[in-house]
Amino acid sequence: MQFMLLFSRQGKLRLQKWYVPLSDKEKKKITRELVQTVLARKPKMCSFLEWRDLKIVYKRYASLYFCCAIEDQDNELITLEIIHRYVELLDKYFGSVCELDIIFNFEKAYFILDEFLLGGEAQETSKKNVLKAIEQADLLQENIDFQMRLFAGTVGEVNIAVVVDQ
Amino acid sequence: MPAVSKGDGMRGLAVFISDIRNCKSKEAEIKRINKELANIRSKFKGDKALDGYSKKKYVCKLLFIFLLGHDIDFGHMEAVNLLSSNKYTEKQIGYLFISVLVNSNSELIRLINNAIKNDLSSRNPTFMCLALHCIANVGSREMAEAFASEIPRILVAGDTMDSVKQSAALCLLRLYKTSPDLVLMGEWTSRVVHLLNDQHMGVVTAAISLITCLSQKNPDEFKTCVSLAVSRLSRIVSSASTDLQDYTYYFVPAPWLSCKLLRLLQCYPPPEDGAVKGRLVECLETILNKAQEPPKSKKVQHSNAKNAILFEAISLIIHYDSEPNLLVRACNQLGQFLQHRETNLRYLALESMCTLASSEFSHEAVKTHIETVINALKTERDVSVRQRAADLLYAMCDRSNAKQIVAEMLSYLETADYSIREEMVLKVAILAEKYAVDYSWYVDTILNLIRIAGDYVSEEVWYRVIQIVINRDDVQGYAAKTVFEALQAPACHENMVKVGGYILGEFGNLIAGDPRSSPLVQFNLLHSKFHLCSVPTRALLLSAYIKFINLFPETKATIQEVLRCDSQIRNSDVELQQRAVEYLKLSSIASTDVLATVLEEMPPFPERESSILAKLKKKKGPGAVSVTELEDNKREGGELNGGADRGPDTAAMAASNASTPSPSADLLGIRSSAPVGAAPTSAGNLLVDVFSEAGPAAPSAAVNDDGFLRDLEQPTETSDSLLVEGSGDSDSAPPSEDPAPPLSEADELLNKFVCKNNGVLFENQLLQIGIKSEYRQNLGRMYLFYGNKTSVQFASFTTTVSCPGELQSQLNVQTKPVEPLVEGGAQIQQVLNIECLTDFSDAPLLNIKFRYGGALQNLTLKLPVTINKFFQPTEMASNDFFQRWKQLSQPQQEAQKIFKANHSMDTEVLKAKLLGLGTALLDNVDPNPENYVCAGVIQTKGQQVGCLLRLEPNAQAQMYRLTLRCSKDSVSRRLCELLAEQF
Repeated sequence: MQFMLLFSRQGKLRLQKWYVPLSDKEKKKITRELVQTVLARKPKMCSFLEWRDLKIVYKRYASLYFCCAIEDQDNELITLEIIHRYVELLDKYFGSVCELDIIFNFEKAYFILDEFLLGGEAQETSKKNVLKAIEQADLLQENIDFQMRLFAGTVGEVNIAVVVDQ
Repeated sequence: MPAVSKGDGMRGLAVFISDIRNCKSKEAEIKRINKELANIRSKFKGDKALDGYSKKKYVCKLLFIFLLGHDIDFGHMEAVNLLSSNKYTEKQIGYLFISVLVNSNSELIRLINNAIKNDLSSRNPTFMCLALHCIANVGSREMAEAFASEIPRILVAGDTMDSVKQSAALCLLRLYKTSPDLVLMGEWTSRVVHLLNDQHMGVVTAAISLITCLSQKNPDEFKTCVSLAVSRLSRIVSSASTDLQDYTYYFVPAPWLSCKLLRLLQCYPPPEDGAVKGRLVECLETILNKAQEPPKSKKVQHSNAKNAILFEAISLIIHYDSEPNLLVRACNQLGQFLQHRETNLRYLALESMCTLASSEFSHEAVKTHIETVINALKTERDVSVRQRAADLLYAMCDRSNAKQIVAEMLSYLETADYSIREEMVLKVAILAEKYAVDYSWYVDTILNLIRIAGDYVSEEVWYRVIQIVINRDDVQGYAAKTVFEALQAPACHENMVKVGGYILGEFGNLIAGDPRSSPLVQFNLLHSKFHLCSVPTRALLLSAYIKFINLFPETKATIQEVLRCDSQIRNSDVELQQRAVEYLKLSSIASTDVLATVLEEMPPFPERESSILAKLKKKKGPGAVSVTELEDNKREGGELNGGADRGPDTAAMAASNASTPSPSADLLGIRSSAPVGAAPTSAGNLLVDVFSEAGPAAPSAAVNDDGFLRDLEQPTETSDSLLVEGSGDSDSAPPSEDPAPPLSEADELLNKFVCKNNGVLFENQLLQIGIKSEYRQNLGRMYLFYGNKTSVQFASFTTTVSCPGELQSQLNVQTKPVEPLVEGGAQIQQVLNIECLTDFSDAPLLNIKFRYGGALQNLTLKLPVTINKFFQPTEMASNDFFQRWKQLSQPQQEAQKIFKANHSMDTEVLKAKLLGLGTALLDNVDPNPENYVCAGVIQTKGQQVGCLLRLEPNAQAQMYRLTLRCSKDSVSRRLCELLAEQF
């Protein structure tokens, strides 16, 4: 996969993830062009289109469009399910996710995506395992906060590795 | 469980985001953002040290602002500081900021790399993963330099946690994609392959992406993955839908992994081991069977996942192209999908069938679906699906159904979407020519094409119809009549006027006997269109007029009158004015004989491959070698334009060419397509000479370039403004100058590689080009490494591989475009796939262009692909050798050369060279032990050529005698030429 874009029906970009090196200018140009192209398509149309020398796979969930660019030899249908799995992950994490969750917690959306896809390829397709990784991180934070409150003043010496093991 | 409850919510951030969302206008938003930026700047600059939380919050705000589309030019240092925080979320936000907003500031990169290094060695898996994610997200060369050797270690270490392994595998993949030269193969490679056996499905899923990419580049080193992949696939395919627990997706076991396994297998030929192959065929059959089973769920996710595997399996079946049974089953399955209610499936089925159509085993099976496909073309509501249907019709077209398909495509064109019209036009033009049995049908089709979609008929298409008409005298009268009729329409397309002007100018006499199309009627008809036409067309018409004076002396007075009038002879356009003046003069002073000689009928065009085809390929995306052919042709056109300031003495010659389509329009190779006898070629060379002499190109050629650029941008109805921006973007546009002629030393460089496959092909002060190549059977793969030796970036870096002249039908070279930027000190890689279709003598050309500090660098080299690369060594005993030697005794099968030694005559050196040649060096064959004999078979797609070689050194005289005998005489000659330079 070369990149993934999330944008609203109004064309507002909500999340962008690029797996190929491109200049900011080029990224903006691509985004503008694709958002326009995808929004112009009617419902019931095919979820795939050829664009430049890439294949675009997109799907709309409520007010949000999820749009992936894949290469010629990549599989369209499985990419569609990549999108779906990501939506499921967001949904499970936020609890019936909506566009606002992604706006206000964009950093979480990125973290979840990084656990699921890395470098444009599936890293972990098990929903449980991805969420476990994210929750572990959240837990880590809570524990540290907790310890910080207990041992105010010795922040620097908190042994994070020990906390993880507990 | 909303995240905000998790203790790391940043209230300030949430408030800021709300504020932005409440902004009523863009201006208000910008104002709010500027206020925030000022605030953050003052906090960062303030004397008071910020605590970690505030730093994190502000960095996160900056990130949000950046993601809204605003530029951020500070905060990097604060983000880097967060990386070494002990608090996980601070570190995490720091990494996120770095991943999204990398800055090539070298000082920062060093700090970032330090932080990553610390985290990688922390042995804390969560931290390690964060660091690996960051490397994978940034993927810069600096990071590759710092970590490319460390990550393989982490990946294969026995005590690495599974989650870290997964991140490490994909991190390595990213580095390999960006800097393949820095990821060195080694002891870890074999262990990576064995990750396919890992118990943890997630590890396998991540690792297989890496393995697939590495296998594509180094198939031999990774070939053990084939059997491992087959057994893994077999286990998944035969597992029950619950066996794989969380890796089962909507009742489909491990769909992602299955697809990737099938994809990996497509990097290799069918397994040689019978058992492995049997097991794989079984898997493929099971997958095909499952498609027929009732679905386990009504959810679209279930059918998508299942069909994703099915399509990948079909791709593999097509890739193997060796199992007729599976191919036909695949075709039937796709046939079912053609009528499926899911648009996505219909789309994919059409797409996949296109590749099936080209297999000899399934071509006929595909053809049975013609009615469904035609129906799809007519009724699909989605243009992208219709486009696939048109592609499939094109792919399944052969002589038996050409008329039907062309007729359907023509009628579809009348209502076709603007976005695909031009491509449709090209396809119709190609099919019409390729399968034309009678050429009047061809002429009708093309004229219809111009009538229906004149705006989309490119120069190449109408040039082509003219060349065909000129080369085939049986169709000329018909063409003249038809075009005359077409011109009667009150509003006919300018392209029709061009074709009409040209054809009537050449062949108007063939219909002049009919009073309804007498010379004057013809002239008046053409001239009635004159004032509505653009300058290039008018120029063409003027040339048609002078030809009329020659064909029909009775029109002379009328035409001279027209030429003499002020609007011609004083036209503000210099080309038109010049033509009018010269033609007028020519018609008044030249005798009838001179006129008849100058304006003689055009000689037949030389047969060449179609530039329409090239254009179609170009539209379909870069990569095909014929693209460069088109560019070569353009160059010819360019030279012709340069010769436009011709003297009066060449004007006469120019006149007869003036309306000739420029050679950039060279058309389809008639030889491959014309079933009705070959067209005469005798005058072809003459014509080429005439062209290279001085003729002005059809001025319209220049106009064509513009349109072409626009085509590449894929116009849609609503994106006009974008298009304008796109073509004005001169920074990123590749340099448009013509390719330079090959370097003078290009042949010498080529000779260096006859007996070796790897080394430095070229080097100057700016650029080094390294080469690595490998060949198997008639296939080869070449890696080119372009190294920037300077510290300055190369911009607009483009490389083009072309096969000049007849080489394009002998050798197939495919590649993808390279990145347009090469940073100072960086190296980029390009892979060429080479297929030898038949034996050849020339070398493909590699043109490289880039800007170095504003100056355009342009150089052309010969790629060291020589016929001997496709040698397979053949061992044989002495009597065998001489028996075959005698069999190849016809004089033309032998090539011999006696030459002086240019290099060391040392035995070991000679042996190494002969082995490098690719043949088997046969011992104890030649009675004279001083001599060397070799044997091998050259593998081409079309045939195998057996070759025997004998090299007789004479140390005293420092001479050699080299004798080659091959089953094909052209091979003997070429090998002899090549080898004479080696010793």
